[in-house]
Amino acid sequence: MGRVLTTWVGSFQEFLFLAGRAFANIFRAPHYYDDVAIQMDIIGVGSLPIVLLTGFFSGAIIALQMARALNTYGASSEVGSIVSLTLVRELGPVLTALLVAGRNASGIASELGSMKVTEQIDAMRALGTDPLQKLVTPRLTATAVMLPCLTVVADAIGLFGAYLVAVPLLHLLSGGYYWSSSWRALVLNDLAQGLIKPLLFGMIISLIGCFYGLRTTGGTQGVGHATTQAVVSASIWIFVATFLIDKIFVNL
Amino acid sequence: MSKPQEQPGPLIELRDVNLQYEETWALRNVSFTLNPGETRIIFGAAGSGKTTLLKAAIGLVKVDSGEAKLFGEDITGRKEQELYALRSRAGFLFQEGGLFDSLLVGENVEYPLVNRQIAKHEKPVKAEDLEGYVKETLRFVELEQTYNRFPSELSGGMRRRVGIARAIVTEPPLVLYDSPTAGLDPITANIIMELIAKERDTRNTASLIVTHRYQDGLLMANYRYDAANEELVPVGEEERDDPNRARTKFIVMKEGEIVFRGTRHEIEDSGDAYVKRFVRHEG
Ligand SMILES: Nc1ncnc2c1ncn2[C@@H]1O[C@H](COP(=O)(O)OP(=O)(O)OP(=O)(O)O)[C@@H](O)[C@H]1O
Ligand SMILES: [Mg+2]
Repeated sequence: MGRVLTTWVGSFQEFLFLAGRAFANIFRAPHYYDDVAIQMDIIGVGSLPIVLLTGFFSGAIIALQMARALNTYGASSEVGSIVSLTLVRELGPVLTALLVAGRNASGIASELGSMKVTEQIDAMRALGTDPLQKLVTPRLTATAVMLPCLTVVADAIGLFGAYLVAVPLLHLLSGGYYWSSSWRALVLNDLAQGLIKPLLFGMIISLIGCFYGLRTTGGTQGVGHATTQAVVSASIWIFVATFLIDKIFVNL
Repeated sequence: MSKPQEQPGPLIELRDVNLQYEETWALRNVSFTLNPGETRIIFGAAGSGKTTLLKAAIGLVKVDSGEAKLFGEDITGRKEQELYALRSRAGFLFQEGGLFDSLLVGENVEYPLVNRQIAKHEKPVKAEDLEGYVKETLRFVELEQTYNRFPSELSGGMRRRVGIARAIVTEPPLVLYDSPTAGLDPITANIIMELIAKERDTRNTASLIVTHRYQDGLLMANYRYDAANEELVPVGEEERDDPNRARTKFIVMKEGEIVFRGTRHEIEDSGDAYVKRFVRHEG
């Protein structure tokens, strides 16, 4: 038990060290803008289809479920505000982050992991490139920028999915009222939460992916192991972070 | 940091270096010096610490104790960030190749050049010039036609040669080759060793070569590349037979320790059973 705890604390320290260096590198030359652009493409554009699809259906599903619940109170016209609150504050950020974690934390970990076991990381160091600067920082920047964008897209398409259910399908309320009430329901606090969360999640996903990738040992099997660990650990930390942020914002 | 490039002293200097992975000694009391223009052949059983020795020499692995100097500068206890510039002055061929598989062959060979510009904030060389230079280096290893292919599309021997091209493209005064001929057929292996000899003798590069094949060592010890006639010629007798003039010497490692060092004649005359395993007597 004590042994487990010390290795865990050791790993966590290593993680914080990696994170610190990765952030410091954002402000330090050389900057690998090309790599940032490539990563933005992989993470942002690459995740777009799946984010659109799941965003749309989660909006539609929430609307269906809420319509029933709200009906019992005779408040079914409030479906717009309920959907927009749940989506923007909680579900949009978390769902999108979990999807991107599944896609990109694993992608990053397996890419860096195979580079590690095939001596490409060592080759980089031998050639005089800092792998943290060349590999980690671009992934950190790209994910931290792209995840909020993806979340906004998911929120919007989710609201559209809910609209299709609530207005043309179930005729609960008028289209105009749906859009105006869902917008009015949001206060600055919600919007801030809706953007700060994905920003933080983006950092968590990329740094955890890089962390497990770079500490890969033991060949191809090690790469598989690193990939799994990255996804599991990123997902857990997304929930932990959600809990902490919610706690902070409730108190504001 | 920016001392003059040409130093009279040794390029690599290890003193009483130790490195342990849990129970196993990867390096044990290793002392070793490589001067400009010299060649060292390193033999040793699998797991005897050859790769670790090469990596310790350029600070890719941290040693537990002892002193390591690269280009005359102490690298033990230096921060990783401070080592990049120093390391990039040496060439390194990795045992597994270490080619970037997401980059084309041409981009792989170009990498050290571009990297050097970024690090030194030099004005970027024109793309055409860079390409010409990369092609010239690829021509040196006879792989010009692979410029636009991915490393994964090449054979093992071709990848090894691309690795050599990447290691020498910046014309470093020191190149470390980790098992350049391992796993290759004898013909390809000989081509690669000839390239290494050619590189050594056209630029007077100091070379540290890990290998399992005794004939690789013999080739480096007994032949010299003649640039005028573009062929390998035997070295003069005095260089071959006088231990003080031999530029090529042999090292044998066992369980992290250097158990033998000497010239070709000394290794062939050694009575040690372990050392004998690496020597193949001719005729
Ligand atoms: N990262 C590491 N973690 C744990 N042990 C290691 C590590 N790297 C090397 N070793 C151990 O150190 C010893 C020396 O390894 P090294 O790679 O230097 O051997 P080698 O002489 O290059 O072998 P080969 O001829 O197979 O390439 C071996 O026993 C190896 O198991
Ligand atoms: Mg080795």
